[in-house]
Amino acid sequence: MFLKSGLEQPARLGLWLLLAPVILWLALLIIIPHIELFLMSLRVEDDWGEAAWSLDNYRHFFEERLYWLTFVRTAAYSLLVTFLTFLVTFPVAFYITKLARPKAGMILMILLLLPFWVSELVRVYGWMILLRESGVINHFLVSLGIIDTPMEMLYNDAAMLLGLVYTSMLFMAVPLISSLEGMDDSLIEAAHDLGASKWVIFTRIVIPYAAPGITSGSIVVFMLTLGNYLTPNLMGGKNSLWFTEQIYNEFIASFNWNQGAAFGFLLLLLSSFIVWLGLRLSGQSLGKALS
Amino acid sequence: MAAVLELRHLTRKFGDFTAVNDISLSVEEGSFFSILGPSGCGKTTLLRMIAGFQTPSSGDILIRGQSVLNVPPNKRPVNLVFQHLALFPMMDVAENIAFGLKRRKVPAAERKRRIDSILERVGLAGYGAKRIDQLSGGQRQRVAIARALVLEPSILLLDEPLGALDLKLREHMKIELKKLQSQVGTTFIYITHDQSEALVMSDQVAVMNAGRFEQVDTPRALYDQPATRFVAGFVGESNRFTGQLEAGGQFLAEEGLSLRVAAPDTTSGDAELFIRPEAILLEPEPHLNALNRFRVQVRNVIFDGSNTRVLSDIKGTGHEIIIALPQNQRFAHIGPGSEVDAGVAAEDCRCFSSQD
Ligand SMILES: Nc1ncnc2c1ncn2[C@@H]1O[C@H](COP(=O)(O)OP(=O)(O)OP(=O)(O)O)[C@@H](O)[C@H]1O
Ligand SMILES: [Mg+2]
Repeated sequence: MFLKSGLEQPARLGLWLLLAPVILWLALLIIIPHIELFLMSLRVEDDWGEAAWSLDNYRHFFEERLYWLTFVRTAAYSLLVTFLTFLVTFPVAFYITKLARPKAGMILMILLLLPFWVSELVRVYGWMILLRESGVINHFLVSLGIIDTPMEMLYNDAAMLLGLVYTSMLFMAVPLISSLEGMDDSLIEAAHDLGASKWVIFTRIVIPYAAPGITSGSIVVFMLTLGNYLTPNLMGGKNSLWFTEQIYNEFIASFNWNQGAAFGFLLLLLSSFIVWLGLRLSGQSLGKALS
Repeated sequence: MAAVLELRHLTRKFGDFTAVNDISLSVEEGSFFSILGPSGCGKTTLLRMIAGFQTPSSGDILIRGQSVLNVPPNKRPVNLVFQHLALFPMMDVAENIAFGLKRRKVPAAERKRRIDSILERVGLAGYGAKRIDQLSGGQRQRVAIARALVLEPSILLLDEPLGALDLKLREHMKIELKKLQSQVGTTFIYITHDQSEALVMSDQVAVMNAGRFEQVDTPRALYDQPATRFVAGFVGESNRFTGQLEAGGQFLAEEGLSLRVAAPDTTSGDAELFIRPEAILLEPEPHLNALNRFRVQVRNVIFDGSNTRVLSDIKGTGHEIIIALPQNQRFAHIGPGSEVDAGVAAEDCRCFSSQD
């Protein structure tokens, strides 16, 4: 007993030393700002310009329909983007890991990575060049005689969704590929041998096997989409009604940091709640998904 | 008895490489049939064609007289136990076994009854709720077999299912598998490169080499009457000599030893001769005059519990041979350095042309 604890002491100290930078980082960059944010969200300036404690910032949010609408819309669209990203990425990941030869798989993987070497701004701008009224696609459609006058393809929800899915693909692809890679091909054959159709193999074997990858990919994509500011703003235009814009407006345009802090906090609660709900419904655990 | 499986001139090419070459075969209902061959000889390819995962380049596969070439794997009345088992890790034991039954829409109560009964069959009663990673290697093996057997296939195909087990467990599972097969009566087609597995378990063994069947026979006949040079060298232990066969049935080994051969498989020319370790007699009685006689110098006596073998050189040639000793103490006096008379009957010298 004595010996055991004697041995454990230095080991534990080493562990703390190793963890120190992480804990410091968490404390300085995540926890302290959030406490600050939370406190800020509970304060208002009263009529004399003095700071006072109040729940007004939150009441404001629930009273104003536009805020509400934006909030729900952002959450719903983020879920939709997550789902669409999964739909688009899964066949790609499956092809790379199970069907393509190793070399072709590598090349596809690099192609998938390539867009992420440039900044999001440039990527979004690329889409804008393609889609805008005087853009590449319109030019082709007009010169082929399919349409008479160029049409505006930017600044609507579809364009915004397109941009968001495109931005998210890699973050879904990487966990999907890594979980599918671990799957022995003979599992698919065994299921086939036992009488399963392609659809059953897909839903009963492949998806459950890849579930941890799907979960972690979905969490990352959902969080990134919910918190994205650039893409909804640039591709969705004035009517994109993304909640991050409301936060931005409060902080920068209205200079109402207290209101902005409350919005930020609500967004954090919302994303945590949806992730929690998603994990509950799919029977996954956060630890398993992220390992 | 009717043939449950028939292969007709089955061939499979990969590019210009022929993995399975013109194989014809008929397997009787209810038998334990093994395909024995060295690594890379095309065993898995053959099995995958029967299961439906590979399409033959030419030839036909008939199950109970019906061609199954156009039947996809999920509709064929055969099931495969995979080399690495391929149990579904996200399901427990009972769910793994239920998978195939559910595809056939077997009602839940019936399903449960059949799962319980097959688990009992393979000696895993009460293991239904265990996760796959909680099982030992031998238990996983049984689950994989149960998962396939529960569907009552016409033929159960097994691709080296004991390959991943350690030696002791493999010995045990051999006997278990044989027992299981005779209880359920399903036709087993069993692939292996381990001759002891094939000999112990099978009713019939096909020895395969480079995409072809060399010989299809009972284990005893394979051992006693190998039909080709490959079978003689591959099945069981043998002392091998290379040399010339002369017209009168006299074999002249390269090292100089001359041996009479009773029924050579070949006429004169380059030949190989095989003698089983237990066919060599030590200190043979002088009146046995039909014997090929020579003297050996003992180098080592190897005792492994159930067998004693003498490693020795043939005097005057230096050719190393292995001799199996009978289990009595008659030759207890033999030790390293002893010189002993030895002999082998002409019928026990198996001679094949080196050409084929
Ligand atoms: N898809 C394929 N493409 C090209 N060649 C193949 C393919 N599958 C098998 N082969 C070749 O066919 C030959 C037979 O392979 P097979 O897997 O049937 O051997 P095996 O007898 O099962 O060997 P082992 O005992 O090592 O499992 C091998 O030389 C292999 O390289
Ligand atoms: Mg094989």
